[in-house]
Amino acid sequence: MNKKIPNSILETLSLLQREKFVANHELATMVFLSLSLNRPLLLEGPSGVGKSKLANVLAEGLGRRLIRLQCYEGLDISSSIYEWNYAGQMIEIRLAEQGNFTDKEVLLKNVFSERFLVKRPILEALAHTEEDAPVLLIDEIDRADSGFEAFLLEILSDFQVSVPELGAIGCDKPPIILLTSNRTRAISDALKRRCFFYQITYPDALAESKIIKQKVPEIGRKLTETLEELVHNSRLKRLRFEDLGGNSMAWANTLLELDREEVDSRTTGHKVSQFLLRQQQGSTQNGSNQIVELEHSILSDVEE
Amino acid sequence: MSSQEQNDGVQTGRLASNIMHFARVLRAAGFPIGPGKTIEALEAVALIKLGPREDFYWALHGIFVERYSQAEIFDQAFRLFWRSPTELRQMMALAKPNAKNEENASSKEKIRRRVADALTSENSGKEEEEDNPELEFDITMTYSDSEILQEMDFESMSVEEIEEAKRVIAEMRLPIMEIPTRRYRLDERGNRIDMRATLKAGLRSNIGIMLLKHRRKVKRHPPLVVLCDISGSMSRYSRMFLHFVHAITNDRDRVQTFIFGTRLTNITRQLQNRDVDIALDRVAASATDWSGGTRIGESLHDFNRYWSRRVLGQGAVVLLITDGLDRGDIEGLEKEMARLKGSCRRLIWLNPLLRFEGFRPEARGVKAIMPFVNDFRAVHSLSRLRDIGEALSRVRSAEWFFEETME
Repeated sequence: MNKKIPNSILETLSLLQREKFVANHELATMVFLSLSLNRPLLLEGPSGVGKSKLANVLAEGLGRRLIRLQCYEGLDISSSIYEWNYAGQMIEIRLAEQGNFTDKEVLLKNVFSERFLVKRPILEALAHTEEDAPVLLIDEIDRADSGFEAFLLEILSDFQVSVPELGAIGCDKPPIILLTSNRTRAISDALKRRCFFYQITYPDALAESKIIKQKVPEIGRKLTETLEELVHNSRLKRLRFEDLGGNSMAWANTLLELDREEVDSRTTGHKVSQFLLRQQQGSTQNGSNQIVELEHSILSDVEE
Repeated sequence: MSSQEQNDGVQTGRLASNIMHFARVLRAAGFPIGPGKTIEALEAVALIKLGPREDFYWALHGIFVERYSQAEIFDQAFRLFWRSPTELRQMMALAKPNAKNEENASSKEKIRRRVADALTSENSGKEEEEDNPELEFDITMTYSDSEILQEMDFESMSVEEIEEAKRVIAEMRLPIMEIPTRRYRLDERGNRIDMRATLKAGLRSNIGIMLLKHRRKVKRHPPLVVLCDISGSMSRYSRMFLHFVHAITNDRDRVQTFIFGTRLTNITRQLQNRDVDIALDRVAASATDWSGGTRIGESLHDFNRYWSRRVLGQGAVVLLITDGLDRGDIEGLEKEMARLKGSCRRLIWLNPLLRFEGFRPEARGVKAIMPFVNDFRAVHSLSRLRDIGEALSRVRSAEWFFEETME
């Protein structure tokens, strides 16, 4: 399998497709640009549209390791970038004391060396030792405090972290960085300037049915099979006079018909959702009345 | 549609697509449902092996509903969506012969037009630009939010916009005119000499000069009587009007409010609660004919018979809020309108239907009301509601001028 960075937008598309990720051309373009220009990609959109999934897919498709940093309120440097191993440092000092090792300068250098640096996700992604740089997913950046974005600025533009005691830690091959946001708050412009920005929206009906086909390929057939079972059972029930009302039979028939026929989401579906929107506007007194009106309008559609 | 890829000769297997469409309907109704959830729903439905209706319902409910408030919407969506197409067609076939009945047809047509109107104006203002100039502002986006709100039809407002509109309405004041009463009050710059006060003051002083005291007629707002239609055709508007009426009821004294659908209810006392929500709850509890039919004639008859003598004293102004679509007896309506007109200072008709450019007073009810009103205004948006203030303050017409000069 080709695990190289794609050379064109079309290659990017096919890479995503291979990993069963339904992406439109625009998203593929953004991913391609971000991969080839080494610039982070900031994805915004409602939950459940596959923002984080894209990082998984890229890591999988390019054969990279995925390092994920889940943001939360109060996230700070010590749990996201690096931290000193204090316990280790204490032991080192104690040992030095016992061994009558007294050269202060050397001791200090020893104690603040990379050996005692605990790498957190971001530093881990930057100071990687693998051949291919990993994929770094900074998930739900909008959950972190806005102050945290400032930490990210250096990392996103120069791909390095400055540790005061050690100096800057950088890397030759910058990781592929993806940031996601649910838009619960605005992301600062400084951060946005350093990234490619793409807004993922809910897919249209065609794309969504593609997604379903890829994720659960046999679902249509499976449902039809279970439906046959259901119809069979309800017929049996009817034969045994267990269900004289015929409720389950009617339901099975409805499902059968809906299995053969797709509800036209442009007319009926649209009307239903518009109706629901109006219902949400809080007119409870006339609910039944409006349902009647809606039925009339759907009927008039069917007539046409 | 996804039918292109499903053209591989298989007729069945659309259930999955339909579940997807159902998810999309909910999404359009504001549910935060991503494709991930749709897949979960499909898997859940497969797991329960479709099952009876309740199982199916609760499986989808479990996946899609995240908050208590969504449950009711989900329920309605489910009922509307998961129906047999054949059954729908049969219902249509049943409805057809009925359509020959003229009365039925026209009322059904009305309903359809209203729904179609509401739907189109909500989803794509672009096509309706010419028909509905008020929506233009929404599209061009050149106006500020509040201005858009001002011009927006109550019928097409979203929840937040309604909240905002209610807030604006709560702050509304009617600059209603003041009319002179028969009482006098001492006023240095009054236009009449108050002989009694002059003499009294002259007796009190001993300088030998009498300073003239003046007096002027006391002015007062005339009583305001609001008659608001709450029938089905007005349902979308009457809520906003009740907010409006609540605002003006609490703004001044001598406001009497009645609502009518098929019968007349006095809601003045209920509206007197300062909190608009409590007040409207009480109103809702006191009337039984919400969103039903309209019998303007009978309701006005009741008003004229039982209330007009009590509340229409001292030159009251009447605000009649209705769309004029009446099922009742038209001759009776004319008679009652004439009497109502005769017993008030000024009759102002507020009609939300006037926003349709092609509105012609063709309904019999409208024709019957028209000759008796002093003023006829559209009230379907906030700015129009503001205009009423202007209409009311214009009442300082000839009659008022006349009284002024007579003094």
